Amino acid sequence: MATHTPHSLPDAPLSAATEAAAATKIVSMPIGIPGYTLHEEQRTVPASEPPVLPVNSDLNFIGKSLPRWDGRAKVTGSARYTADVQLPGMLYACFVNSSLPHARVLSVDTTAAESHPGVKGVHVIEQVFGNAVLRDPSLERSKLPIVRYAGQPIAAVAAVSPQAAEEAAAKVKVKYEPLPFVVDADLAREPNAPLVFPGAADQAGTAGGGGSEGGIPQTGNVHGPAVRKQGDAEQGFKDADVIVDARYTTQVQTHSALETHGVVADWKPDLLTVYASTQGTASVREELAGYFKIPKSQVRVITEYMGGGFGAKFGAGNPGVVAATLSRKTGAPVRLMLDREEEHLSVGNRPSSDQRLRIGAKKDGTITAIQLISFGTAGCGTGAGCAGPATNLYKWATLHVEENDVFINAGPAAAFRAPGHPQGAFALEQSIDELAARLNMEPLDLRDRIDENPVRRVQRKIIRESAIWKSRNPRPNADPGPIKRGVGLSQSIWYRHLTMNCGAEVRVHKDGSVEVLSAVQDIGSGIKTVLAQILAEQFGVEAAKISVKIGDTNYPVGPNSGGSVTTASLTPAVRDAAWQAARKFLASVAPALGAMPSDLTLSGGMVRSASGKFQPLAFRAAAAKMNVDEVSAQAKRIPDYDPKKYDTYGGIDVAEVAVDTEAGRIHVKHVLSVHDCGRPINPAQVISQINGGVIQGISYTLFEHRLLDPNYGLMVNANLDKYKIAGSYEVPQVEVQLTESYIGQSSTDASGIGEAAGIISVGAAIGNAFHNATGVRIRQLPMTPAVVLAALNQPQPSMESL
Amino acid sequence: MNSFALADCSTVEAALSQLKDGAVVKAGGVDLLDRMKNGTDTPARLVNIRNIAALRGIHPTDQGLTIGALTTLAEVADDPTIRSQYTLLADACGHAATPHIRNMATLGGNLLQQLQCWYYRSADFQCLRKGKDICFAFSGLNQYHAIMDYGGCPSVAPSSGAVALLALDASVELTSAARGKRTVAIKDFYVQPDANPHRFHVMADDELLTAIHIPKLAPGTRSAYQKYGEKESHDWAIADAGILLEMDGNICRRAVVAMGAASPVVRRSHEAEAVLTGKPITPETARAAGKASMTNAMPLSMNGYKVQLFPVAIYRTVLLAAGQMDRDPSAAG
Repeated sequence: MATHTPHSLPDAPLSAATEAAAATKIVSMPIGIPGYTLHEEQRTVPASEPPVLPVNSDLNFIGKSLPRWDGRAKVTGSARYTADVQLPGMLYACFVNSSLPHARVLSVDTTAAESHPGVKGVHVIEQVFGNAVLRDPSLERSKLPIVRYAGQPIAAVAAVSPQAAEEAAAKVKVKYEPLPFVVDADLAREPNAPLVFPGAADQAGTAGGGGSEGGIPQTGNVHGPAVRKQGDAEQGFKDADVIVDARYTTQVQTHSALETHGVVADWKPDLLTVYASTQGTASVREELAGYFKIPKSQVRVITEYMGGGFGAKFGAGNPGVVAATLSRKTGAPVRLMLDREEEHLSVGNRPSSDQRLRIGAKKDGTITAIQLISFGTAGCGTGAGCAGPATNLYKWATLHVEENDVFINAGPAAAFRAPGHPQGAFALEQSIDELAARLNMEPLDLRDRIDENPVRRVQRKIIRESAIWKSRNPRPNADPGPIKRGVGLSQSIWYRHLTMNCGAEVRVHKDGSVEVLSAVQDIGSGIKTVLAQILAEQFGVEAAKISVKIGDTNYPVGPNSGGSVTTASLTPAVRDAAWQAARKFLASVAPALGAMPSDLTLSGGMVRSASGKFQPLAFRAAAAKMNVDEVSAQAKRIPDYDPKKYDTYGGIDVAEVAVDTEAGRIHVKHVLSVHDCGRPINPAQVISQINGGVIQGISYTLFEHRLLDPNYGLMVNANLDKYKIAGSYEVPQVEVQLTESYIGQSSTDASGIGEAAGIISVGAAIGNAFHNATGVRIRQLPMTPAVVLAALNQPQPSMESL
Repeated sequence: MNSFALADCSTVEAALSQLKDGAVVKAGGVDLLDRMKNGTDTPARLVNIRNIAALRGIHPTDQGLTIGALTTLAEVADDPTIRSQYTLLADACGHAATPHIRNMATLGGNLLQQLQCWYYRSADFQCLRKGKDICFAFSGLNQYHAIMDYGGCPSVAPSSGAVALLALDASVELTSAARGKRTVAIKDFYVQPDANPHRFHVMADDELLTAIHIPKLAPGTRSAYQKYGEKESHDWAIADAGILLEMDGNICRRAVVAMGAASPVVRRSHEAEAVLTGKPITPETARAAGKASMTNAMPLSMNGYKVQLFPVAIYRTVLLAAGQMDRDPSAAG
């Protein structure tokens, strides 16, 4: 994301504040970190809000590591993922993809494919999703979309079996006019490089971020710079006692979720039903309704289970639109799941970066200037900016940032877990360590000086006291043998992004059963369990017995799960709905209990009379006394209690490595992850996400690399054996410490952990640990044996030695 | 993947009678199905030999050891005799690919798997090995390619089992319906790309690889194999070493240094072997052998690091074979 203002995800600001302003109350809320900074602060909140939730230690279900609500379904295989959906008469579709990296499509002959046995429909694609689009479309005249990368879908076939579809797809004859191409981002910046677009082009972001703002200049393939200047950075460098100046490069990473992109689309005259592997049922509905110009009420999107997203699964995209088109054409449900090669090529990636980072500082560490000039490629998309950490992590006097996207003929990027931040932190946090050494300061001391975030201050205390940090030898390259041990750390930052476009309904039935309904999808991070815990806390019912019905746009709209918004956005709405449903429930049992509703409370699973009119009554027994069969309440997200307070989320990762200096291997032995997501509603699930983020971060740092042949423009490792991803041997001991942190912003005061969970900071932590081990800096990803040995063969002057 | 007919055979004779008209043999299917999914292989007929029970099993003989071609890598790696005596073969089979693959892949299939060059494996590239006159790796991406003996094709030998069997002076038994059985030494089994770029080995289309014979070991033999990748879980070798030492006390009477990931065909480094022969095994002699192994190295544009890596693989594996070093954490996979 290019900007980092509070609540900057693409929601229109809502007027909920004005609606709610009518009646308010002043409440006292817990603020800070238990054991360190906990205190109370007052907040003015709508009178309809539920009572303030105490800290986790005072609760029964929230804040407890309850088992995953759908864990049994997942491990027994009864969970139905999109590829498991079987509908009567369902057809199987597959794409015909471009074999060239840049071409004009002159014609597509589908005759032979259409007459192939079993084929029911063939569709030639008229609009491609994902690519940047020309600001001035008249610069390019073409009947069919221009091919801008190898693997771009051109047509699709639906048939009675996957085999028939694949065979028929091979019979679609595409006539191309090849165009000059470039797949190397350095070559693409040269003056006479082949142009990916004949003029300026932009890619819109998604609910997960990515993309770029409009109006940015473009010269050749260079889309940029997007400039941000505060103060006079050149003067800032003149004022500096020490300047660190370095170049960092990072590679393109593909999302590689276990489950590929895919949908089952069922077009009926009055209703289009789409089963989708998506991070946003709302975003899929929105895009399909818009594309087909049908009312949103006639589009239903279902995501029962989802096998991973990481930011690339928003909207219907090419698979959704094409499957729905083929379903309409054939009158049958159509399944279109991508294969692994298509997953690497056409549905997103993390852009590369080439960063020149300069930091100037006074002797006491005060930063006088930060300058970051970055170039990165998002393929034929935009979104390679990576200045978030340099802009937002530390206090600086002056700032000069220029971010550039470099177009190449490769698949467009998509939002990817903390867009821009792993790249930016890899550079920034190594340079901050370098600066500390130049200033003769310890890494933690310098950060204490320049980082004002109160949570990270506590996290640094925790790290100072940790065994792993205490074991760090401050002198680099201290081990004499070929295997050298090192410890390093990196900080990270993420933002309190929210969407007001979400809500939930809670129902209480006379038999004592309770259910929650929301269109939100569980992308694997565990929102089902979280919702069950919130209802369990309200009604005193076991979380496993709560019915959680989500992932269906028939329910109240849910947040699109990107930018770590889901828990922060949805849980207050669910708690509000649960509270309101509980009040309706009390009103419905009051007559039978001979009490006034205002005399009744529901806590700890018991209905109680404040005046002592009757002995406490179990919730279920009380439900039998309801005067209606069902009570229900809907609530939507209301704005944060004190939106002027802008809060970020942070974490610090410490990595211990053993560097095999002869074999060029970095073995990550141990990672200590200290992270903050506000109130952790289910600590085990938070830790699970951090485990995943750390592993993904190690994988990005050491192994993953999209490789494009420079001469033919084709990806040579579009698989899972030569596109290398960390496996079980590469998983270190991961030790997670959560800093439970309260900020008094909502009825749950919770937030997500998806982005902050290690992926941002592990790369620089390994880089700093590598330096601690060897005295040499690696400023290039991935740190393969070739890169490690090259770095060790050319040791830099040891200007960092303490 | 194309549609195909499948002939399921339970005897060698039945399978041999099916080997005609371009039929392709499927054992574990691990490599073949990958190639069919990639679209590089489109056989109309598969002959499934996986269920031929007679080709599975490990049998000590008067001459040494015979391993049925359909014995899985996991079975080879777990066999007590192989583990204790032919250690480098257990190492090579036990560290190939992943546990799942080792349970499916057969030793015969491992020896017959095709090149892992990403250009060869892509239906989009028609290269020297596929009947054209161009190699895409020399001017393209070659970080995992060969550093010696490559001639016109710098792909590397993919089978770690072959590295071990070369070091063991093993041979393969080939059977055909027309000509019966013949035996070919591993060192003669593979074809150098410059000799014939269209053949990987000397086995004819109507032959089945039915067994692997390993001769008895000389007294005092110790051996080890280690594979170095970019990671441990499921990776291809970027360097590897199969070491066999015939020891008299601490003096090495005879040394074999075999490598896979250096060249298109598994090879021995006679330069490295000469350094060790007649000498005690020490860290110094082991390192000198590693260094000697790179005498003829001619790295490509992106794989110079392998020239640094192979000597490390060799010295550490020599010391492992000699019992002077533990298994290398950098070669744990």
